[in-house]
Amino acid sequence: MADHAPTETFALRVQFDTEAQQKDASTLGMWIFLVTEIMFFGGLFAVYTVYRSWYPNVFAIASSSLNEIIGALNTGVLLLSSFTMVMAVRASQLGQQKMIVIFLILTLLFGGIFLGVKAYEWNQKFEEHHIPGQAAFHLDGVLPEGQGHAQLFFSIYFAMTGLHALHMVIGVGILLTLIVQARKGRFSASYYTPVDVAGLYWHFVDIIWIFLFPLLYLIDRHLVK
Amino acid sequence: MSDPQENTHIDSVGTYVKILLALLVATGVTTAVARVDLGGFSVVVALGIASAKMVLVALFFMHIRHSTKLTRLVVLGGLLWLAILLLLTMTDFASRGILGVPGK
Amino acid sequence: MITAAAQERENYLNASHGLKSWFLTKDHKRIGLLYLATITLFFFIGGAFATLIRVELLTPQGNLVSSETYNKLFTMHGVMMIFFFLIPSIPAVLGNFFLPIMIGARDLAFPKLNLLSWYLLVVGGMFSLYAMLAGGVDTGWTFYTPYSTTYSNGYVIATALGIFIAGFSSILTGLNFIVTIHRMRAPGMTWFRMPLFVWAHYATSLIQVLGTPVLAVTIVLLFLERVFHLGIFDPARGGDPVLFQHLFWFYSHPAVYIMVLPAMGVVSEVISTFSRKAIFGYGFVAFSSVSIAVLGFLVWGHHLFVSGQSLFAGMVFSFLSYFVAIPSAIKVFNWTATLYKGSISFQTPMLYALGFIGLFTMGGLTGLFVAALGIDMHVTDTYFVVAHFHYIMVGGAIMGYMSGLHYWWPKMTGRMYPEAWARLSALVIFLGFNLTFFPQFILGYLGMPRRYHLYPPEFQVLNVLSTAGASVLAVGYLMPMIYFIWSLRYGKVAPVNPWGATGLEWKTSSPPPVHNFDETPVVTHDAYDYASLMAEEVEVG
Repeated sequence: MADHAPTETFALRVQFDTEAQQKDASTLGMWIFLVTEIMFFGGLFAVYTVYRSWYPNVFAIASSSLNEIIGALNTGVLLLSSFTMVMAVRASQLGQQKMIVIFLILTLLFGGIFLGVKAYEWNQKFEEHHIPGQAAFHLDGVLPEGQGHAQLFFSIYFAMTGLHALHMVIGVGILLTLIVQARKGRFSASYYTPVDVAGLYWHFVDIIWIFLFPLLYLIDRHLVK
Repeated sequence: MSDPQENTHIDSVGTYVKILLALLVATGVTTAVARVDLGGFSVVVALGIASAKMVLVALFFMHIRHSTKLTRLVVLGGLLWLAILLLLTMTDFASRGILGVPGK
Repeated sequence: MITAAAQERENYLNASHGLKSWFLTKDHKRIGLLYLATITLFFFIGGAFATLIRVELLTPQGNLVSSETYNKLFTMHGVMMIFFFLIPSIPAVLGNFFLPIMIGARDLAFPKLNLLSWYLLVVGGMFSLYAMLAGGVDTGWTFYTPYSTTYSNGYVIATALGIFIAGFSSILTGLNFIVTIHRMRAPGMTWFRMPLFVWAHYATSLIQVLGTPVLAVTIVLLFLERVFHLGIFDPARGGDPVLFQHLFWFYSHPAVYIMVLPAMGVVSEVISTFSRKAIFGYGFVAFSSVSIAVLGFLVWGHHLFVSGQSLFAGMVFSFLSYFVAIPSAIKVFNWTATLYKGSISFQTPMLYALGFIGLFTMGGLTGLFVAALGIDMHVTDTYFVVAHFHYIMVGGAIMGYMSGLHYWWPKMTGRMYPEAWARLSALVIFLGFNLTFFPQFILGYLGMPRRYHLYPPEFQVLNVLSTAGASVLAVGYLMPMIYFIWSLRYGKVAPVNPWGATGLEWKTSSPPPVHNFDETPVVTHDAYDYASLMAEEVEVG
């Protein structure tokens, strides 16, 4: 490898002929990765669809036990983080070094708020005894024979929001790395692929939440007054 | 395969702000509408708004509207496979017992 | 003197030395060899379990191991062979090594990711090996709930975690291949000039990318249910274990095509080379790979015919299953048509490839039996099914793997393997394989259930035959192990193109230089253009 090493840079790895080819490959790679993520969450969506169709009434009651105002506000926070992320990408397209860092930090901040609110909500579930598998589990308004179905709802709730939060945490890690690199001036108008593909990932995680929010908090709320 | 700059479309800040506002409004609307009794349409409206939000994020924030055909194909392929997973799974769960064979 | 000079030439093997140069390599060829060593180890571990199973089944009394141990043996045999040998086998070894070369690229698009994939497979394998050494797992390789989540005392989590990690290895390999095929082709290498091996890997990669994540999330749910009692599939709470089976087979049925499609790619290369003829119906063979990949996602419910799935869904899945036969048959007919009036020579890779065609056809046709709702009721969970999928996975996938390994061994190592020994081993494997698994068709048809170590005495003769076959098969697999290693030191030095084949991999030196080609090749011919190759030979000759 030694004789080829000198030609290799961040902007042009040795296996590529042109920078455009490298950028295209990275972007395509990230999109394909996002497709794998669609299928990963797809398994959860399948589980949700099956059980919601089997137990619509219990699921409506369980949905209503979640605070949809907090959910909506948190959705707003996440959308804001997507906005600041795309602004970071824009700043890097324009080569505005300082703005990249600022927008990445803002994205990190909003992501952190989202995770904080999520932690608060999870904690609420523990206090309300809405934890599946615990002997103390009880959901008000549901008959004893429906308590098991309510446990299914909260199983899905924890699996979906948990795996979403895990993706957010990974995203936070990526943002931290990018911030360090951006402060070193690694990115410019001619090389900003990492910011670009990290943005794709961040927006994707946002889109997952865009669906989780109505699925878990909103659907059939009107049934329970 | 020429200069990467040529292929880069830089959207204006205004565009992004408009999209953000649209997304926030849609979030408010879907939350408010959830309290209204729409019967079976409750699911349709909630998922319809979510899909619209997804399209906005994908087209603008994820730059699909400037992307190659291949990227769009990849995305559509992913959604198609999600549909296969959901539809064929539901083929079973939505048809338990419909043929009147005991246990099937 | 010429060969000595050729040997001195710098290549990917002698360009750098030391452990670090291997364990931190980004060269797809070296990573391919790392995979080769790793999965060979896993293969022999899985084979050891198979040996114990076959020895136990020599007698009907079940007196070698306890029932519990027997459950662990077939589980660990399945886990090792499927997730740690067959899934990575051809793509990770031969695909890794040759896919970039065959399209004229210097490397895969993401070399570091490629190395990471190998590490993930190793780490995943370590988890599963740990589970096996610590006490084993007894759920069957399918991990059906609620047994796996609630009752099994085995090391379910460690094993499942191992599979989860190895799954990411598979996903990243698929992702890498797709991007490489789209973005790294040499000038002139259009889609319809690509070798069919590359097409087969493209189709395989699609399955890896689209299917494996569903297995991953299913394992996560299994984990959450077993450890945190979330109870997603818990019938006590209104959950449905059949849903687990749906999610599991959404991946695991297409996974069969992850194993067999690359083998089909190898066979297309080898049949064409040793018939000295362009493959018959190139476009059909290429598209049949992609359509097998797509159709493979529509049929998973045929694993659930007796599992409490609705009869309606059973009928839908049974009907859809037959469609897979179409592209599979297209391939077999096109290979056969390629042989017709070809100038055929029976070197070892060709012997394996011909073995593949016969055995895969057997496996495929019995697949039609078990795809039929009515017949499947009779043979479900019998040795008929065991024989069927071994004809596909061993008779198909492993024969293809062996074919490819022999075909490209000279290119990978720069040495020829001993032809006579290799032909003998191909013969031994073919005979041993049929002796092992053909009696199992009869056993299953007569009603012997799988996964039991006790059986009625009237089944003993067929079981003894099967075990005898397994020992022949074991000898057949040990032979290449010995002569391949022997050839590294004593084998004849391989020329650039020992088979007189087309394809870019035969235009670079054996073994290839670090970046595969001294100059980026420019492709001007279709794949398998033997007509013009032979015309050139005539002119020169």
